[in-house]
Amino acid sequence: MSTRYTEDHEWITVEGDVATVGITDYAQQQLGDVVFVELPEVGRKVSKGDEAAVVESVKAASEVYAPLDGEIVEANGVLADEPGKVNEDPEGAAWFVKIRLSDTSQLDSLMDEAAYKAHVEGL
Amino acid sequence: MADHADGPLLSTPLTDLHRELGARLVPFAGYEMPVQYPAGIIAEHSHTREKAGLFDVSHMGQAWLVGPDHETTARALEAMVPSDVAVLKPGRQRYTVLLNAEGGIVDDLMVARPQGAENEGRLFLVVNASRKAVDYALIAANLPDNVTLEVIEDRALIALQGPMAAEVMAAHAPAAADMAFMGVAQMEFDGIAVYVSRSGYTGEDGYEISVPAGAAEPLARALLADERVAPIGLGARDSLRLEAGLCLYGHDLDETTSPVEGAITFVLQKRRKEEANFPGAARILSELADGPSRVRVGLTLAGRAPAREGAEIRAADGSVIGVLTSGGFAPTLGAPIAMGYVDPAHAAVGTPVKLVVRGRELEASVAEMPFVPQRYHRKPSA
Repeated sequence: MSTRYTEDHEWITVEGDVATVGITDYAQQQLGDVVFVELPEVGRKVSKGDEAAVVESVKAASEVYAPLDGEIVEANGVLADEPGKVNEDPEGAAWFVKIRLSDTSQLDSLMDEAAYKAHVEGL
Repeated sequence: MADHADGPLLSTPLTDLHRELGARLVPFAGYEMPVQYPAGIIAEHSHTREKAGLFDVSHMGQAWLVGPDHETTARALEAMVPSDVAVLKPGRQRYTVLLNAEGGIVDDLMVARPQGAENEGRLFLVVNASRKAVDYALIAANLPDNVTLEVIEDRALIALQGPMAAEVMAAHAPAAADMAFMGVAQMEFDGIAVYVSRSGYTGEDGYEISVPAGAAEPLARALLADERVAPIGLGARDSLRLEAGLCLYGHDLDETTSPVEGAITFVLQKRRKEEANFPGAARILSELADGPSRVRVGLTLAGRAPAREGAEIRAADGSVIGVLTSGGFAPTLGAPIAMGYVDPAHAAVGTPVKLVVRGRELEASVAEMPFVPQRYHRKPSA
């Protein structure tokens, strides 16, 4: 499946019923230098729109919301030691969490790449 | 610092240059100001600590206080501040605070006595952008008839800060090289008449240059043409001043905090304490004698998560002892730092405390300030 996006600048890729979630390149540019990432505990149940992580840049803290309902099955431990990875490779190595989805049909409500691109250009 | 939501944003003589340099512009104190350039806050911060950074601080208020002679003008200002202004020699500047009747800080500011017979009776003030209207109204209302406030609207203010600032400046304004820390002088910068002070708000050696608005961009471009100089935004200005342990008005100081609570008692000179004739003197002198009910301290955190303004400070036993007024990541230290106000019983360096962030307690301890050693140019070069 192709990558999906939220209006809050998260990207989502799905394998089976597990979604990998991170923030987009646009988001990291807006945040500036990331100095700390707080990730949720594995096993936590999240609903779409819940606060799932916090990204701290030099200037401010920003919330990352769960894009879909499900359970956190993995958090990217690399970000604890190397938060700057979020600036270097936001849409690759610096993924935030993996969520086992409770309803994969929710994916249909997310934007595809063309729609997200248009969304960013409209900001 | 309050951002003014109403009305169009003001620009500075350098706004077009910021845009050309790729700055991200944000509203700040009613102005459209660069928060960062493409290099980013950490790179800009480090550049200033290692080389020289150029800051547009034209949003700050510049004004003259004009009276018949130095003694008269100084005494007029002394009615509103606790510092000894009369003692200032020509060519010297001092940091002080405007006080309200309760001894609370209305603003922190620089006051300079310029050199030259033609400047006798004149003091040069630099105040915070967000406080200009409040300050000018307060000052104007409290001046005697023979002293007037002349607000300067046609000058920009540019700061050049960092260990290479003096070398860079010397190529354009040789007279700047011999200035001492907190010295002020009129001179020419590539033929442009400027007022220069050897001061700043980063903890580094450097200058603040007051320049006619029309010449601000050529002056900034001349400095930026030097490969040692990079443009620096408000983001790094904030992390630099926090590392230097310096207060940001509206955050670390406000109308309720006194200079004793704010741990800036160096604004109080002996003669003024003896005369006890500044606003709020009773409270301030009693706090000096018996201790304040809260005091500003620096804090270092054990982990990597930063704590921000507004975070509750708790003692080891969990009781609430204060609140953070500034907090963030210190690029020079690679770790989070903060400052805040605590009950003086918990203010000793090394005292363990907890900072509450998103409902969790982060381990921290009271730390010596500045967090990064200040490197001011204390003596004139030989």
